[in-house]
Amino acid sequence: MSTYLIIAKREVASFFDSLTAYVLITVFLGLSGFFTWLYGSDIFFVGQASLQSFFSVAYWSLFFFIPALTMRSIAEEKKSGTIEMLLSKPVSDYQLVMGKFIADFELILIALLLTLPYYITVSFLGPVDHGAVICGYLGMLLMSAALIGIGIFSSSLTNNQIVAFLLSLFIGLFFIIIFDVLAGDSTGAFAQLFSYLSISTHYESMSRGVIDSRDIIYFLSLAGLSVFSATMVLSKRKIVE
Amino acid sequence: MGIVVENLTKTYGTQKAVDNISFQVETGEILGFLGPNGAGKTTTMKIITTFMAPSAGDVKVSGISIFDDQETIKKKIGYLPESNPLYQDMPVLEYLEFAALIQQVPKEKVNGRIAEMVHLTGLNSEKHKKIGELSKGFKQRVGLAQALIHDPEILILDEPTTGLDPNQIVEIRNLIKEIGREKTIILSTHILPEVEETCDRILILNNGKIVANGTSQTLRQRASGNQSIRLQILDAEPDVVLPGLQNIDGVLSVDFIADEPNTFMLLCDEENEKIRREIFGMCVSNNWFLSEMTPIETKLEDIFRELTMN
Repeated sequence: MSTYLIIAKREVASFFDSLTAYVLITVFLGLSGFFTWLYGSDIFFVGQASLQSFFSVAYWSLFFFIPALTMRSIAEEKKSGTIEMLLSKPVSDYQLVMGKFIADFELILIALLLTLPYYITVSFLGPVDHGAVICGYLGMLLMSAALIGIGIFSSSLTNNQIVAFLLSLFIGLFFIIIFDVLAGDSTGAFAQLFSYLSISTHYESMSRGVIDSRDIIYFLSLAGLSVFSATMVLSKRKIVE
Repeated sequence: MGIVVENLTKTYGTQKAVDNISFQVETGEILGFLGPNGAGKTTTMKIITTFMAPSAGDVKVSGISIFDDQETIKKKIGYLPESNPLYQDMPVLEYLEFAALIQQVPKEKVNGRIAEMVHLTGLNSEKHKKIGELSKGFKQRVGLAQALIHDPEILILDEPTTGLDPNQIVEIRNLIKEIGREKTIILSTHILPEVEETCDRILILNNGKIVANGTSQTLRQRASGNQSIRLQILDAEPDVVLPGLQNIDGVLSVDFIADEPNTFMLLCDEENEKIRREIFGMCVSNNWFLSEMTPIETKLEDIFRELTMN
């Protein structure tokens, strides 16, 4: 088993041991379910068998859910000192960050798999565009990867979980809404830049069922850049001046 | 080859935590790190384990520089950090399995190694509990077990006995001695009798510099240079004995001890045995009764204070 997976496995086990996983998944499913099926412009008002309203609810619930998941990843290890124990074993900084990333992604994957009954229910209500649903799920996973990256990066900056949580919400807020607003307020190249930077631009087209390589590249590079930055933050202690 | 530390310096901002230190640890040796808080012990250990990079200088572990191949060095070292950080919500066995896998112990050997460690550190009765539920002494054993799980050549222990009760201290100390028969060990501590008992050699650090390096005997001799002898001579007039003692070659000074009649304290230079023979001869020829003659060793505590108080 590779080092990434050993770290990820331990991390996932500790999510379930400490009940974090159960609480977070319940809250995620509860909130998404409530807003998808019961409240507001819910899935029954659309007039067609589509999961689009779930995807737009998930856009927000993932935004809150993921920082709560990632906040402890590195901050906790720093606070308890286990990071020293871990990194003096044959584990590189990158392997540690990637291990955490894989573990968090695994938990999101479990949470999203548990929303599959929504899909099954809707498919009983009428003909579903399966391609669009798969595409929407892919969009959720890619967005999660980007948000997990941001969360882990925030967690690497501090040894306080609350600070890590707020910081990743704050950074996430830019990508989730602020860039979008700025794009609407500006014109020309700036509008294009902000629109490209906004997660919503890329997520919406995917949740409508459009797969564009630009969107995939966007999410993956956001995730990659965050993981890289988190690794750099950890490696700071190794700088020889 | 052991460990070779060359001109190691680590600065935090403007403060020098470790200031140009060099020393060697031979294979199979147990080296004790002594020093007041903030002397640079932990920093030096963190650098040797490659957790942190030095500002200047180099460390070679079994001939490999920490700048060349950290992966190999990490596999050779077992490390117990200062506060013994552990994953509190993991059961002992699961944690040891994690430690073994991450140290790349071959899969078929993992269970054997875990069983061996549980036996060696006496964790058998507690092995199914969560680490957070264990007492401090058992947590320390888990810390030792995880450091030893991959059978490392070198063991680095940062204050392994802090916070333990006297019985646990003795147990951990014996454990370290037993392990130390085959391994190179660097051990830091505040407890002075501990280094005397467990370590082959002592290194005293102060303000990031090495102030002493040697066995406890050589440190004692170096620290005072002289030795004291306590004497009690009965059946004699102290006024007659005093000049007699002062005339012995090598005796630097003689004092009466207050409140104890006929008792003297001699300060002599190093050739102690010759002086003791002469004292005995003097007593025999004058028919004095020599009731006590005790060479007084300088305590390690005194040496430590002398070297580290500025």
